[in-house]
Amino acid sequence: MGAGMSIRAEHELHGRRKGRNIGVGLMLAGFVVLVMALTFVKITQIDFSQAPVNTGAPQQGASD
Amino acid sequence: MTDVTNTPATEYEAELGDYFALMKPRVMQLVVFTALVGMLAAPASVHPVIGFASILFIAIGAGASGALNMWWDADIDAVMRRTAKRPIPAGKVEPREALYLGVALSGLSVMMLALAANLLAAAMLAFTIFFYIVIYSMWLKRLTPQNIVIGGAAGAFPPVIGWIVATGTFSVEAWLMFALIFMWTPPHFWALALFMRSDYDDAEVPMLTVTHGRPLTRRHILAYTVLLAVLAIGTGFTAVGGYIYLTVAVVLNALFLVGAYRIWNRDEVQAEADSYLVERKFFRLSLYYLFLHFGAILIEASLRGWGLA
Repeated sequence: MGAGMSIRAEHELHGRRKGRNIGVGLMLAGFVVLVMALTFVKITQIDFSQAPVNTGAPQQGASD
Repeated sequence: MTDVTNTPATEYEAELGDYFALMKPRVMQLVVFTALVGMLAAPASVHPVIGFASILFIAIGAGASGALNMWWDADIDAVMRRTAKRPIPAGKVEPREALYLGVALSGLSVMMLALAANLLAAAMLAFTIFFYIVIYSMWLKRLTPQNIVIGGAAGAFPPVIGWIVATGTFSVEAWLMFALIFMWTPPHFWALALFMRSDYDDAEVPMLTVTHGRPLTRRHILAYTVLLAVLAIGTGFTAVGGYIYLTVAVVLNALFLVGAYRIWNRDEVQAEADSYLVERKFFRLSLYYLFLHFGAILIEASLRGWGLA
C-alpha cells in the first residue's frame, strides 16, 4: 500500500456529488419522457372529425 | 478545478434531499391530494397522461412556492423550534439557492401546466404562487393576526386548479372545495399556535394568540368550526356530495365541534395541566378531517363515474 493510494481514494464528498448528479439526471430524463408522452397524447387527441371519413368504427370491407 | 482540497472541510454541500425539503413535501402531499380530488370530481374526463402531468406540475408549483416561502421567512424559521431544522436555518442550503430554485420551478410549473392542461389552470397556479408569496408571506403574515385566515386561501386553490384542468372553467362545486379548505385552515393553525406556546412569540409573528390573547383565540376556533361545520355538511347536498359524503361529514363535524367546544371551554391553567392534550387532539383530528372529507368527495365522484350514484 503506497502513500500515493490516498490521492486516488475517493473523498466522501465525491460520493455525495455523484448521488446528486445521478438524481438530477434521472429527473431530467423523466421530464423528457413526460414531455414526449404529453406530445404523443396531444397529437393523437386532435379531432379529425372534420375530415369526410368517419374514424369512429372500422369500416366493413367488401371482402367480409 | 474540482479538487476536493479547494473545498473547505467545514462547508456543507447540499444533497438532493435538502432541496426536496425546501419544497415542503408534506404540504405538497395535501396539494396533490386535493388537486387530484378536484380534477376527478369534475364532470369531465381527463386523459391519464394529461392528468398525471397536470397534478405533477401543480405539485411542483406548490413546491416552488414552499422554497420561496423558506427563502423569505428564513429569519423567523431560525427562531421557531418547529422550523429551526429547515434547510436554510440549518445551514444546508444557501438562501439564494432557495430563491433561484423557487423562481425557476415556478416558471417551469406554470408554463408546463399551460401546455399540458389549459391557460386558465396555469393562470390560477401563477396566481396561487403570487398570492402565497407576495400577499401572504411578504405582506400580511408579519402585519396582521388574520394572517392565517388569508394564508388559508393559498392552500385552498389546488382543488379549484384541478377542477379547471378537467373542465377549463370555474364552477360552484370547485369553490365549495376551496371554501372547505379555507374555513378549515384557521382552527387547524390556531390549535397549533395554542400548544406551540412560545414559538410565534419569539419570532414576533402576529399570531392571534400573541396579539389578542389565548382566550380570544379559543373563541375564534369555536366560531370558525361552527361555520365550517355548516359549510361542510351543506356541501353534502350539492353536486359533489352524496350519502357517503354526508355520513362522513356529519360524523367528523360532530367530533370537530366537540373538540372546538372543549378548547373554548377551558383556560390556560387547565391546558398546561395536561400539556395541551385537548388542543393536540383537535389538531390531529383536523388532519384526518380534511383528508376524509376530500376522500369522501373522491368516492362520490368514483361512484358517479361507475353509474352507481
